[in-house]
This record gives sequence, structure tokens and C-alpha cells, in this order.
Amino acid sequence: MKRIKFVVLAAALLAAAGTASASELAMPHAFTPDLGNEASVQRGARNFMNYCSGCHSMKHLRYARMGQDLGIPEDQLKANLMFTSEKPGDHIVSAMPATAVTWFGVQPPDLTVETRMRGPDWVYNYLMTFYTDATRQNGTNNLMLPGAAMPNVLGSLQGVQVMEAAHAAEGGAAAAEGHGGPTFKVVQEGALSEPEFEKFVADTVNFMAYAAEPGRAARTSMGGKVLLYLLVLTAFLYLLKREYWKDVH
Amino acid sequence: MATVQNPYKTTGILGWIDDRFPLTKLWKDQWGDYYAPKNFNWWYIFGILSLVVLVNQLLTGIFLTMHYKPDAAKAWDSVEYIMRDVPWGNIIRYLHSTGASAFFIVVYLHMYRGLLYGSYRKPRELIWVFGCLIFLCLMAEAFCGYVLPWGQMSYWGAQVIISLFGAIPVIGGDLVIWIQGDYIPSDATLNRLFSLHVIAVPFVLVGLVVAHLIALHEVGSGSPDGVEIKKLTNPETGYPLDGIPSHPYYTVKDMLGVGVFLIIFLGVVFLAPDGGGYLLEKPNFQEANPLVTPNHITPAWYFGAFYAILRAIPNKLMGVIGMFAAVLVLFTLPWLDRSPVKSIRHKGWMYKTALALFTIAFILLCYFGMQPPTPEGTLISRIGSFIYFGFFLFMPIYSKLDKTTPVPERVTYEAH
Amino acid sequence: MSNQGVDPGRRRFLTLTTTVVGGAGAVAAAWPFLASLRPSERAKALGAPVSIDISKVEPGQRVTVAWRGKPVWVVRRTPEMLESLPKVDAELRDPNSDEAQQPDYAKNEARSIRPDVLVMVGSCTHLGCSPTFRPDHPAPEVDPNWQGGFYCPCHGSKFDMAGRVYKGVPAPLNLLVPPHHFEGDNTIVVGVDPVGAA
Repeated sequence: MKRIKFVVLAAALLAAAGTASASELAMPHAFTPDLGNEASVQRGARNFMNYCSGCHSMKHLRYARMGQDLGIPEDQLKANLMFTSEKPGDHIVSAMPATAVTWFGVQPPDLTVETRMRGPDWVYNYLMTFYTDATRQNGTNNLMLPGAAMPNVLGSLQGVQVMEAAHAAEGGAAAAEGHGGPTFKVVQEGALSEPEFEKFVADTVNFMAYAAEPGRAARTSMGGKVLLYLLVLTAFLYLLKREYWKDVH
Repeated sequence: MATVQNPYKTTGILGWIDDRFPLTKLWKDQWGDYYAPKNFNWWYIFGILSLVVLVNQLLTGIFLTMHYKPDAAKAWDSVEYIMRDVPWGNIIRYLHSTGASAFFIVVYLHMYRGLLYGSYRKPRELIWVFGCLIFLCLMAEAFCGYVLPWGQMSYWGAQVIISLFGAIPVIGGDLVIWIQGDYIPSDATLNRLFSLHVIAVPFVLVGLVVAHLIALHEVGSGSPDGVEIKKLTNPETGYPLDGIPSHPYYTVKDMLGVGVFLIIFLGVVFLAPDGGGYLLEKPNFQEANPLVTPNHITPAWYFGAFYAILRAIPNKLMGVIGMFAAVLVLFTLPWLDRSPVKSIRHKGWMYKTALALFTIAFILLCYFGMQPPTPEGTLISRIGSFIYFGFFLFMPIYSKLDKTTPVPERVTYEAH
Repeated sequence: MSNQGVDPGRRRFLTLTTTVVGGAGAVAAAWPFLASLRPSERAKALGAPVSIDISKVEPGQRVTVAWRGKPVWVVRRTPEMLESLPKVDAELRDPNSDEAQQPDYAKNEARSIRPDVLVMVGSCTHLGCSPTFRPDHPAPEVDPNWQGGFYCPCHGSKFDMAGRVYKGVPAPLNLLVPPHHFEGDNTIVVGVDPVGAA
């Protein structure tokens, strides 16, 4: 029996280790969303409404829910964030007509649950890694999504970025940080400095991660209470079981 | 008018009912006066846990059905509607989606208990067969339910699984179209899978669970030693010497087990419902698109082993046959085991080795079934498939040759 | 099995405590399921306050809008209609609107904020059918002393030009006046009380 348990455990551990290494993608930037930072998520909402919502909808998120969750009063919501609708109960739909398909070749996707599909780190890296590529019709390409139909909307903020060949990065700063892949260099300054731009993108992705699951904060805080209750209940159940099983000899 | 008094001499409301309906009798037969071996270990908790998860699935399913729309144009939106607009809808959905995986975990462990202690042996063959039928229903139920959110994985999962029937010679192609009700998985397919998921399969499943329990309580529970406690009874009371009434002893023990299970289960539901992409897969956060297949489509983890067997066999028809055979072979287990003893405690090195190899093979098959196909993965899956089938097919031989130790009269138990 | 060394008091205490703790948990677990049946955010969004422009409504005319899915009537009453109200007082169940079927700011003879503008939920207080608008009078087939009002086709309940219910009909209460207020002279917002009114 002991031997069986051991080999089962070993096999399970092996499988788990394999999974972890297989799911790691080469992303130049590490990113973990910080949903507790309400100010950041609020700024992200503003960024999204100003730079993304022209083309991308968030058709499952209501303005009112966003205002309520992010602590934005209704008058500010209407003045600063609602461009396509007057009713706070409405969903966030883009201003883009259905003919957009002919502009880009594809309909810009709805982004409500994008961070749950791709992962917030992927979205962060996607927004960070647009680079100049003369072979492309719109002049830019993207590391995470080669051949992206989306033009570099944030180019005016980030500036013009070029990709340096992947091998040059080996042994360089990126490898030292533990993240593989090529490195990028801004060759023409944008409206934001590099740290400012990183913060801008982080805010935006924080907001997108919030939008992908608005119920998350309530769920995790409820989860803590539920587990606390269950621990108490299970402690009593343990004592009860021990008490009754005193009869069994 | 006086009726014939019920044998339990109950009075009041209960007496009134017992004169007309065997309520007290049912309680006593099925639980209150049902004597089980006193030395059940924690392997025996997974039956009651399966029941707990079944109730969870039925309850949350009923409430999800109140908000979900089985319509290819609306299904995806209605799931997000549940997640956002319905009060507590996200929790109810996570209970259901996590419950699906939990169901397979506890059922796999419940079946594994059977392999350890020979729970399928005479006179419990029918209990095992009912259990296998429950497992089949569970697989059908999980597949249908997986399709309902109508995301990319739902859609392409349906495409792949239904296409399996296309491997059947001559009628395959027409059969697939008949199952789908269309030329591709479509609104018609979604609607019929919804019907199966919420009515037909659960109905059969609950009936089988009742049959499983009636059969068990008729013949009595086995024990970790493979000792039949009914053989030695107290001559005065007629109760087994090594048995204890389920109530209150297993009531309190099972509740403790349920408490521990709920801590783990609700911990996942509330704190990690995605399960790292294994409980809710990332590609399923994109609405179904019949024109684009996601780069990496994998079955849900609980189908991984069977999917690996399918892929391991380099022939479409044989692969499908192999996959179904892997499930169907389970039914024959009671007649494959020729060992004179039931429990692994009295079996020899051959069975222990066979079971260890089988366990490793199953876990590896589960793992490689979820990975993109690679040459090494295929090789390991092939070896794993051989071990999987070998465990069953050679059992009549090795279980007979195996050296066993004698089974004692009484169960082994030390009071805590 | 034996009961030696068992403390029955401790056993009773543990059984009781665990039952209470577990029972409380079971009740709490029922809450999410029951709460999920309340109106969803979508229902609330669709039930948001409704604005009605009454500038084009002629005197004597009625318009209907949907608020929370129910018909809400706005009737521009003529002076003659308003004068007819006291004439039927004797035949009404609740002529002084004592029942809380209107907000306090509409508890007056005309059951409205502005006498000429009646705002009312068009659903019968009997079983929820929507009464028909019958401004025509006399109409002996409805009532010998009919001065104009609303008549429910389902079970024959009758209401006057302020939605007050007649005696001897199945409907028990006057028609409901919803919370509403004016924004300027020509816009009514249904669903929100006037500023300062509770």
C-alpha cells in the first residue's frame, strides 16, 4: 500500500511539474493585475473609454455597475466616461459601425472577458510590444499577436518602438530578469515617458481585468467568511464524531 | 376505523403516515438500522460525497436553468448575464462548474476504493454495474453541460466528440448529421443537448443512484478487509458483531467528511473558480465561432485519459472503439477478478503491482490527453493504453496466480 | 459497543451546538438561491425611470408609456373632466383617497401634482388587466351616472377620471399613482419622486 501511494504521488508531482513548464509563454514583461488599487482601475476605465471604446465594445458591462464598483458618481460617469449612451443602465457598446470589418479586415472583438481568455499578462504585453514593421500595411506589428489587424493606437503615447533582434537580448537585461524574448527600444519619444506609459498600460489592463469579472471582489471576500464558518462547523463535527465513536470498541 | 397497526408502533403524525406509507421502515432499512462494518476508513467517504455533489449539481442546475437561454444566438450572452446581472448568479454558476469537476474527482476515488477493496465482487456485482452506468451518465451529462455556454471550447468540443460517431462505417456520416440536426453543431444541436442535460440524463442518473443504494443496502457493505460482517451475528439481537448502525455513527462521521470536503470545494469555488484554466478553460471565454478553431483544443481534464487512448491508436475507427472500450471494460470487472480474496490487504504482489501500474498509467493518460500531441506524448499514451487494458484483460490470469493471505473472521479495528 | 465512560451531557451539548451551527449554515446557504430570483440588473436597467414629453398631448387625450413593463397613462384632463369628479363621490369606495394608492404629493381630489395632468399605472387593482379609457358620457351601458373614466374589460371594474374605484365592483382599491415629478412644464419623469418628497 505504501509503495502504491508513493508512486502515485510521484507521478502526480511529475505531471504537475510538466504542466507548469508547458504553460509558460515567452513574454518580455511580467504583469500581475492589481484590482485592489481602485484609483488605478478608475484611470484604466478612463483610458479604455478614451482609447479603446471607439472600436471595442464591452457589451456585458453596464456603466452603472462600473460606476458603483469603482466608486464613480453618476454625474462624473455621464460627463467623463459615457460617450455612446445616456442611460447608466446601458451596456458599453462601441461607437463603431458594423462596416468596421472593411476597415481592418476583422470586426474589433468585444473585450469584456478578454483578460480571462488571454490572461492579463498577455494583454499587458500585447499593448507594450507594438513595434515598427515596414512590411505591414499599417506600419506596425506586434510581438504577442503577429500580424495584428489593430493599428498601434497608443503610439502617440509610447512613441515609436523598434524590436531588437532576439539573439541580442540573450545574456542582456531581459535574460537577467528571467523573462525571455526580444527587447524593444523607443527610438522616437511619445507623449509619455517610459514609466508613465507602463503605468498607463497597467491601469488599462487592471480595468480590463476588473471588467472581465466585476463580481470578483465580492466573491473572494465572501469566500473568506464562508471558509471561516466551515472551519468552525468542521471543528464541531470533529468533536461530535469523536464523542459518538467513543462507543465503538 | 382501525387500521392494521404498523409494526413500528409509531404514534401521532408519524404513526398516521406509517400506517399508510413505510416511512419509518425506509429510514430504518436504508440508514437508521443499516449495519455497516465499524472499520470503514476514509476511502469510504466518497460515496456520500458523490451524493452531496449530485445534490449541489441538481440544485444549482435548477437555478441556472431559470436564467440560461438554450439558443445559439443567446446562450453565450445569457451566461455572462448570469455572471453579472443575476444576484449571486456568479456563485451559483461557479458552484455548478466546479461541481462538475468535483463530481469526477469523488467518483473516480469512489471507484478506486472499489479496486482497492474488491467492492465489485460477489454479491455486489450489480452495485458495480449500476455504478458504471452512473459513470456513463455522468460522462454524457458532463459533455452536454460543457457545450451549453457555447464558447469556443464548447463548440469545438461538441464538434470533435460528435464526429467520433462518424467513424462508424457506412452510416457514420449520416449519423453525425442526425445527432447534430444540422451540417455542423448548431442551434439545433445546442437545444437538444440542453434537453438531455437538464431532463433526460439527470432523470436516468437519479434513478440509477436509487438503484445503486437499494442494491447496496440489500446485500450490505463490504469492508476494507474483505470480511463479510453478516456472517457473524449476535445471536440475541441478530445484528452483525462487527457492524454498527449507520445512525448515529456514520451520520456523524460522514458529516465530518462532508465538512472537510466543503472546505476544499467552496475554497475553490470562491477563491479559484478558474482552477488555473483546468476548471474553466481560457478559450471558453470566447464565443463559439464555427469558422476558427482555437490553437489548442483539449478535453476537460476528466476526459483526458479516454481522449489520450483515442489519440494513441493510429486509426480513426479503432481509436473510437478503443475509447469506448476503455469505459465499457469497467462493466466486466466483477467477472475478471478470480482472486479468492476481495481486499488488497490479502492480495499478493501481482495485484499490487498491477494496480500501481494502472494508477500511474491512468494519471499519465489524463495528463497527456490534455496536452497538444507530441511524439513522446503519443508514445507514453500508447504504453499507458496497453497498461490500462492489460490491467483488465490479464486480470483473470494474474489474480488467480497471485499468492494471497487468509482472510480473518473478524474485521481489524482499533478504537481511537 | 458499550456506553461506559460516556458523558451524556457533553454528548447532548455537542449534538445541539452542531445542529444549531449547521442549521444556521443551511439557512444561509439558501439565501443566494432565493436572492437570485429577485429582479436582475437587466430588469432594473429596463425598469429605470422614464421621461415623457407631454407638450403634444391635447386636453382630453391619453398617452401610454411603459414603466417597469407596465402601462403608465398620462391623461391631460379638461376643466370639464375635473368638474365631473365630485359628481360621482357618492358612488365611490374611497373618494378621499385614504388608502395609500398614491404618493402623499398626489393625495388630493384630482389625485395628481398638477390637476390637469393625471399620471397613473394602468393596471386594474383587481387582477392586473389594463382598463380601457372611456371619457365618453353618458354611457348607460357602463353606469347610469357615468361621467367618464376607466372601465376594466376583464371583470367590469369601474374607475372615475381620477382613477378612483366605484363601489360594487371587484377591484378593491383606487388605481395606483406611481412616483413621478415634473422637469419643467412639459416633461414628466416616472419612477422618481419630486425633490424633497419621500
